[in-house]
Amino acid sequence: MRSLLLAIVLLPAVARAGSDYVQVPAGTYRSALQYEDVKGDTRVAAFELMKTPVTNAEFLEFVRAHPQWQRDRVASVYAETANYLSHWSAPLQLGDEAKPQQPVTHVSWFAATAYCEAQHARLPLWAEWEYVAAADATRRDARNDPAWRESILGWYAKPSTTPVADVGQSPANVYGVQDLHGLVWEWVEDFASMLVTGDDRSQSDANRLKFCGAGSLTTQDRDNFAVLMRVAMLSSLEAANSTSNLGFRCARSLPDGESP
Amino acid sequence: MKRFALPLSIAAALALAPTAFARTATTGDLGPPQGEPINAVLTSPPNVPPPTNRHKPAKVIVKLEVVEKEMPIADGTTYTFWTFGGTVPGSFIRVRQGDTVEFHLMNNPNNKMPHNIDLHGVTGPGGGAASSFTAPGHQSQFTFKALNQGIYVYHCATAPVGMHIGNGMYGLMLVEPPEGLKPVDHEYYVMQGDFYTVGKYREKGHQAFDMQRAIDEKPTYVVFNGSDGALTGDKALTAKTNQTVRLFVGNGGPNLVSSFHVIGEIFDTVRQEGGTEEQHNVQTTLIPAGGAAMVEFHTQVPGSYVLVDHSIFRAFNKGALAILKVAGPEDKSIYSGKEVDSTYLGDLAAASMQPVATAAKAAAAGTLTVADQIAAGKTLFNGTCSACHQGNGEGLENVFPPLAKSDLIAKLSPEDLIAIPLNGHTGKLTVNGKDYDSVMPPMSQLNDDEIANILTFVLNSWGNAGGRITKEQVAKVRASTPRPAGAAH
Repeated sequence: MRSLLLAIVLLPAVARAGSDYVQVPAGTYRSALQYEDVKGDTRVAAFELMKTPVTNAEFLEFVRAHPQWQRDRVASVYAETANYLSHWSAPLQLGDEAKPQQPVTHVSWFAATAYCEAQHARLPLWAEWEYVAAADATRRDARNDPAWRESILGWYAKPSTTPVADVGQSPANVYGVQDLHGLVWEWVEDFASMLVTGDDRSQSDANRLKFCGAGSLTTQDRDNFAVLMRVAMLSSLEAANSTSNLGFRCARSLPDGESP
Repeated sequence: MKRFALPLSIAAALALAPTAFARTATTGDLGPPQGEPINAVLTSPPNVPPPTNRHKPAKVIVKLEVVEKEMPIADGTTYTFWTFGGTVPGSFIRVRQGDTVEFHLMNNPNNKMPHNIDLHGVTGPGGGAASSFTAPGHQSQFTFKALNQGIYVYHCATAPVGMHIGNGMYGLMLVEPPEGLKPVDHEYYVMQGDFYTVGKYREKGHQAFDMQRAIDEKPTYVVFNGSDGALTGDKALTAKTNQTVRLFVGNGGPNLVSSFHVIGEIFDTVRQEGGTEEQHNVQTTLIPAGGAAMVEFHTQVPGSYVLVDHSIFRAFNKGALAILKVAGPEDKSIYSGKEVDSTYLGDLAAASMQPVATAAKAAAAGTLTVADQIAAGKTLFNGTCSACHQGNGEGLENVFPPLAKSDLIAKLSPEDLIAIPLNGHTGKLTVNGKDYDSVMPPMSQLNDDEIANILTFVLNSWGNAGGRITKEQVAKVRASTPRPAGAAH
C-alpha cells in the first residue's frame, strides 16, 4: 500500500522532470498515410512528447535568450516577416493579442525547430504525431469511432475568428498528452515530405512515384477527413511560413533500448 | 459486326473533321493582350457583371479571397461555409475569349484551411489547382489565357476535395465569345449545391458538416445560391413581361446532378452543358455536378415562376426552389387563368366527395351544422388549397403562407378573410413573423357554399381559433367587392 502511494506521488514528478514531456511507449499502428518505403503497419519507437504545445510565454523566453529569432531580427528566409510573431505587441512583448498561456502561433518551421534544438529536443515526426493523436482518453486507437472523428472534424471545419484557448484545457489522452486536437495545427519535422499536393486527385498518377521516391505517400483511409485535412494543411506550407493557428510542440528520442 | 463498326466510325470521324477544324479556328488564342490591364468586376450572386464590351484581348486581373464564415443555410440554422469571395456560390467572373487572366487567390488569415482553385475554363494541368495552393494568410498568383468561350464552373480542389466543395467552394466564370453575347433584359446567376448537415433539414441552431452523409450522397439540403430561400420572398429574381431573361445556371454538387426546370416557362434557348450549340424549346435541362448551362426565355405572362430541380423531392423537401417574379399586364390570349373548375365525380371519386354532397343536402334542408361544413371544407381544401398551403396547413416558408396557427387569420374580420379566396391576394403579408410576397389568384371557381365550408374548416383546424363562415356572408362580400376582370361568378 505504501509503495503504491509512493508511485502515485512520484509519477507526476517524473513527467515534470522532462519539462512537461510525456513518455510514449513504442508500438505499431496503421498510419492513415501509406509510405512508399513502409509496407503494412508503421512502427514507432518509444519517445517523449511535450504534454501541451509550446506557449507564448515559453517562446518569449526563448526569443529573449536567442535574439536572432526576434521578429525584427530574424532572417526572412527562416520566417516570413509579415507573419512571424505578428500577433505580439512588440518583438519582446506579448500584449493583448497573445496571452502567456495560449499556444504560440505565427511561428515558422525553422523557428519551431530552433526552439526544440535549444531544448535538446526536436520536432516530432509525422508518424509519431499521428500515433499519439490516434488516441482518445481511453483507447490508443480511437480512429474508427465515428463520434470521435466527427468531434475532431468539428474543430477543423470552423474558421479561427475567436481567440485560441489556453493550453492544457482539454482532457489528456491515454498517453497523458493534451491538445493534439481542437486547439491549433502543429508543425512536424518531416512536413515537407508530405507531397499530397493541394490536388489530391493526382494521387493515382503512377508517374509521381518516380520523382517522389520514399517521400511519396497516399492515403489509405479516405474516410478519415481529419487526417486528410491535416496533411493538406501541412503540405500547403513552406518552412518559413506561419499562420494564426499553427503552433508546435517538441519531442525527444529515447536512448536505444530504453523503453518506458 | 465489329468489322463494320470500324470503317463506319472512321467515316464518321472524317465527315466530322472539317467541322471540328473550322471551329478550332474560331476559338482560342486571339493574340497578345492589348491596352492597360483591367481589373475584373466581380459580383455576388444572383448578379452578373456587365458585358465586357471589348473587341480586343486584354489582360484582366482577378482578385478572389477565400473566406471561411458562418452564414444561415436556412431560417434559424447556420453552417460554416467556405467561400470564394464571401458568398455561396462564389463571385461571378466575366472575361472575354482571348483574354489573359492574371489570377490572385488570397486565403484570409483567419481561415483554418489551405485552399486552391480549379477553374474549368483554364487550359492547363489541374485548371490552376497546383499553382494556386495557398495556406491561410497567404496569396498565390498564376496567369492563364481564356482560350475557350463558355460558362465554366470553378471550385476548390484541396483535399478532402469533396468537403471543400460540399462547404460551398464553387462558382461560375463566363468566357464571352469574341463578339459578345446577344444583349438581354436580365442576366442572373443561379447555382445549385447539395449540403450535408448532422441535423435534419431546417433543424435549428448551428449545423456541422456530416462526412458520412456526404460519402453516402444523402444531402440534407439541396439549394440554389447557398441557402434555403436564397431566392424567394424579397430576394426573388424579378423581370417584367415581354423581356428576355438569361440565367447562368451552375451546379457545384458535390454529388447531385440537377434537372433544372422553371415551372411555367419553356426555355427558348439552352446552351446545354455550357457548350456552343444552341438547343431550342427545352422544358428541363440536365446540369451535371461541376457543369453549367445558359438558358434564355422570353416572359409573356405575369406571375411567380418557380425554379426547381425537377428531382422534385429536392425542391419541396430539401430547398431546391427559387422564384422569378414577372410583373406586367395579363395576356389572356396566351394564358387565361382558370376558366372552368366544376366538380367531376367519377365513380371512384364519389365516396371521397361524399361530405360535400352531404353538406349540400343539409344546406338545402336548412339543417347544415358546423361539423357538416368542416367535413365538406376539408375535402374541398384538399382538392383546391393544399397544393400551395399544404395538406397540413403549414404552407411553404417564404413562399406560401401557413394557415395553421395563423396570427393573420386570427386578426382578420370575416369579411377580409372571405375576400382572400374570393378575390385572391397580391403583395406583402406577414404571417407568424415571416414575410411573404407571392400571388394567390382568385378562386373564382368556388361558389359561396364552398368558400364558406373551406373557411369554416380552416378556422376549426390546426390550432386556429374556431368559428363559422356562412354562405350568406360570402354572398355579401362577393356582392360588395369588385373582382378582377375575367373572374367567374
